[in-house]
Amino acid sequence: MESRSTDRTSIFRSVDWVVILLYLLLVIGGAISIYAASYDFDNANIFSFDEFSGKQIRWIGFSFVLGFVLLLIDKRMYETYAYPIYFAVVVLLMVTIAIAPNIKGSHSWLVMGSMSLQPAEFGKFATALALAKLFSGYNFSLNSKKTNYIKAIAIIGLPIVLILAQNETGSALVYLSLMFVLYREGMSGLVLFAFVFAIVIFVVTVKYTTSAVLGLPTGEFVVFLLIDLAMVAIAAFFSKSFFAARVLSLWFILAGIVITALAEIVGIELPGFATMAGVTAVAMLYCVYEIIKSHCPRLIMPIIVAGASMAFMLSVNYVFNKALQPHQQTRIKVSLGIEDDPLKAGYNVNQAKIAIGSGGLSGKGFLNGTQTKLKYVPEQHTDFIFCTIGEEEGFIGSTITIILFLILILRVLAIAERQPTPFGRVYSYCVASYLIFHLCINIGMVIGLCPVIGIPLPFFSYGGSSLWGFTVLLFIMLRIDASRKEFRNY
Amino acid sequence: MRKDYKLEKRKYVVASFIILISIIYIVRLYALQLDDDKYKDSADNNAFLKKTVYPSRGLIYDRNGELIVYNQPAYDVMMIPRDVQPFDTLDFCNTLNITREQFDKRLVDMRKSTGYSTYTPQTFITQLSAQDYGRLQEKLYRFPGFFIQKRILRQYNHKSAANVLGNIREVNPNDIKRDPYYERGDYCGDLGVEKSYDHHLRGFKGKEILIRDAHGRIQGRYRDGEEDIPGIAGRNLKLSLDINLQQYAESLMVNKIGAVVAIEPSTGEILCMVSSPTYDPTILIGRQRGENYAKLNNDKYKPLFDRALMAAYPPGSTFKPTQGLILLQEGIINLQTTYPCYHGYINGGLKVGCHGHPSPLPLKPALQTSCNGYFCWGLKNMLDNRRSKYGSVANAFETWKKHLVSMGYGYKLGVDLPSESRGFIPNAQFYNKIYGENHWSANTIISIAIGQGEILATPLQIANLCATVANRGWFITPHVVKEIQDTVLESQYLEKRFPTIDREHYESVAEGMRMAVTGGTCRLAALPDIEVCGKTGTAQNPHGKDHSAFIGFAPYHDPQIAICVYVENAGFGATYGVPIGSLVMEKYLKGQISPQRKYLEDRMLTSNTIISSGVKKH
Repeated sequence: MESRSTDRTSIFRSVDWVVILLYLLLVIGGAISIYAASYDFDNANIFSFDEFSGKQIRWIGFSFVLGFVLLLIDKRMYETYAYPIYFAVVVLLMVTIAIAPNIKGSHSWLVMGSMSLQPAEFGKFATALALAKLFSGYNFSLNSKKTNYIKAIAIIGLPIVLILAQNETGSALVYLSLMFVLYREGMSGLVLFAFVFAIVIFVVTVKYTTSAVLGLPTGEFVVFLLIDLAMVAIAAFFSKSFFAARVLSLWFILAGIVITALAEIVGIELPGFATMAGVTAVAMLYCVYEIIKSHCPRLIMPIIVAGASMAFMLSVNYVFNKALQPHQQTRIKVSLGIEDDPLKAGYNVNQAKIAIGSGGLSGKGFLNGTQTKLKYVPEQHTDFIFCTIGEEEGFIGSTITIILFLILILRVLAIAERQPTPFGRVYSYCVASYLIFHLCINIGMVIGLCPVIGIPLPFFSYGGSSLWGFTVLLFIMLRIDASRKEFRNY
Repeated sequence: MRKDYKLEKRKYVVASFIILISIIYIVRLYALQLDDDKYKDSADNNAFLKKTVYPSRGLIYDRNGELIVYNQPAYDVMMIPRDVQPFDTLDFCNTLNITREQFDKRLVDMRKSTGYSTYTPQTFITQLSAQDYGRLQEKLYRFPGFFIQKRILRQYNHKSAANVLGNIREVNPNDIKRDPYYERGDYCGDLGVEKSYDHHLRGFKGKEILIRDAHGRIQGRYRDGEEDIPGIAGRNLKLSLDINLQQYAESLMVNKIGAVVAIEPSTGEILCMVSSPTYDPTILIGRQRGENYAKLNNDKYKPLFDRALMAAYPPGSTFKPTQGLILLQEGIINLQTTYPCYHGYINGGLKVGCHGHPSPLPLKPALQTSCNGYFCWGLKNMLDNRRSKYGSVANAFETWKKHLVSMGYGYKLGVDLPSESRGFIPNAQFYNKIYGENHWSANTIISIAIGQGEILATPLQIANLCATVANRGWFITPHVVKEIQDTVLESQYLEKRFPTIDREHYESVAEGMRMAVTGGTCRLAALPDIEVCGKTGTAQNPHGKDHSAFIGFAPYHDPQIAICVYVENAGFGATYGVPIGSLVMEKYLKGQISPQRKYLEDRMLTSNTIISSGVKKH
């Protein structure tokens, strides 16, 4: 008894109170926002909690209990039972596919009487535990064996496949954020770079198709420029061949000047695609020459990136028009600002933008938002909860919210880096990655910068599953972190 | 546990990523929330349905307090295009009694009209009948995006005085540009007092701000109606018109073209103002307005043209009193001065004909017999006397003109009705331009002495002259509105105006006009028990038969009414002008027509000068 009580006090002494404070601020902010979002002008009684805010408050109460209990459980339990927990959740996800009723095309809810639960939310912490467990293996290193990659990707991929099967694309995409964890643990930055670069090429190619440079759609022209820039950068930073990078940049500048001079002074319009492809091809040939001459095999990277990028660019339009479903195309076009469709696909985003945009500097005031009160914004208490903040608390309120999340994420990253074990570090990085993804996508879609992907804003959006999922995720991390100093005692 | 410091640096990449994204989002929020007002407007347009509350328009009464114009509710079908959801078009059309083609056409027209917006209420159909309104009201819930806007239409108790009352119509883009008070779909006064007193009659529109949810359902009033603006009803008008007299005068003018203007001399109040042919004001109410307005506009007799104040006629002999006044004032003649007239004015190879009467004769008998020669000689003596105080013909003419202008000729009198004409009194420059300087003299322009030639005057100006004579030397600007609710008339309708002629000269002219009734050209105007004064006019004109004109006032010593009658192409002043003028005066003063004059009344009620004139009008 004696030892347990000292153990407990030491936990509350060493737990990270900054994260707990941020957690409390965000949860309370969420409760207030849900109250505001579901407030009804007709029943203007501040004490009459309706279904939404009443339920949410009960869930918040329960998540406090949950967090407290999680802090009391020994850290070693999580490490020991990481795989069993993971497999239990995987089984739960499978069961869900089989027995979940069809709710708007999604089979992700387990309905138990008046309660419904979304197991996908609990897949997050289970996957994080499993991944952490994998990396905490003796002398485990991502790059030491090829099979290690396969194991890590399998752990991440299994819930993705199962959640996709539930038709919850948004929740499945969340797991892609674990790429940050793999990156931190040694995955080549090129993968991350390629991922981002692919998105950029996609956006630029799809978006800028109406104007033209050198008879080439502006988007494709810009992509060529980006590819050339990337070749120089990759030559310099990834292949460490600064000489090659200098020659490449000299070549591109020279080619640029000649092309511009021909077009502007002589008046010759060169065939755009052939010219740009030619310039890039010459650069690729030069890399081949350098590989042979200087025995610098890493210069293969610029060639691969340039070749792959050009192929990707050429396939983008085909993929976009043929492979994506019309509603997906429209969502992407709307978020890229190509199509304006305020009454159909763009309705949610347009009304969300109106709600936020009408907030001004300090907002319309608590409970005074007309857009949200009058239900112009759909899903306003779940995925679009940020609208209520934007409308009622204005620029100040929404910026504070973003900054609170940013501080939380940075704090989680700091906690991750101070972990003495890979288990704690990988787990914390998973937490940070989930938060980053949710924050980027949720707020991004509400303010019209990302396509609409239905995922909640952590701690804010209405719903027990999401709140408990993130509470569990965060408090397990806090518990692991609280015992970081115990490690030395072993 | 060995730490991989190289990999640890990658935390900066992850941290930079989320910091960068946060900055981008905050900048985006800045752009949305602080840099652009359009979202605020959109939110307001979403949430607030601003409904116009149309105030009731001021009522119009006649001088005896009889209600002439009042309001009746009408219902417009409005739609907010953005809120319209698919509905049963056939059901909608059947309910409103329109065809599918009309429905489609209306939609197209609406989209083409200026100021069309999918966010604001658009007028779909105006002025539903009560039955259509009832039917639609029941089914309205089936047609989301449509609602009914109540508004005010006019209704008339009498089918007369259309020219004075005017009517109301929907504002056009020019009205909106001219007066920012107006919005699309508002009504404004058109013609008559509806136009000239529109500011008083219209009141102030109110606004009701309702809160509307995403489904277009009204959730209540914004801030419990705190921000609502209540409408303020328009002011009532009491006209100086006697609606019964107006109706009587109109009935006498049936099948004649011309005007009757009667003024109460002591106040300048217009007692009746007839323009004939006239029209029934009720045909310009409601949905048939456009069609009927076009018909009136295309009518060859131009019923929309208010002849009483827009037509400029040669005043003919009704102009002679002004000549007598000017000659007396200028000392060209005195009451004893006689001029010869042997069947006319004969001078310098010029002859202006006249009719049989004693010669030579002084002013009063000249007025009595309407002698052309007398006034021609008078004008000649005024203009052509080289040794006179004027120095030149032109100077003398300018003096002559100045007197006429002071009597209300040549310029707008300033009646409180729109589109008054100024008539025409030439100046010396005008003749210089035609004949060359110093190349004209009295004989060149002699016909102006008898109200012919270039002289043009409106029946209102002629009636005003008569009122001035009745008052013996002053008048108040004629007006049709006697009282405005809660405010006073403009001062110009209360102040006396004095022409540049002395009172005693008016006395003489009045006596001459009295003599014309007792033993001159307008003996038909004589009324039992009432001393009537009058002057006929027979105006030559290029359109055909002479215009028949009459001015008169009564009683001689305490004038209650001064009148001008002008009947186009009806012949002698005594045939139509005198009977109509005297009947109207008798009706006003006595309330009824004496039995011995009934034959005159019958003759006027039944006669038709339009066919007898043999003139193809206008």
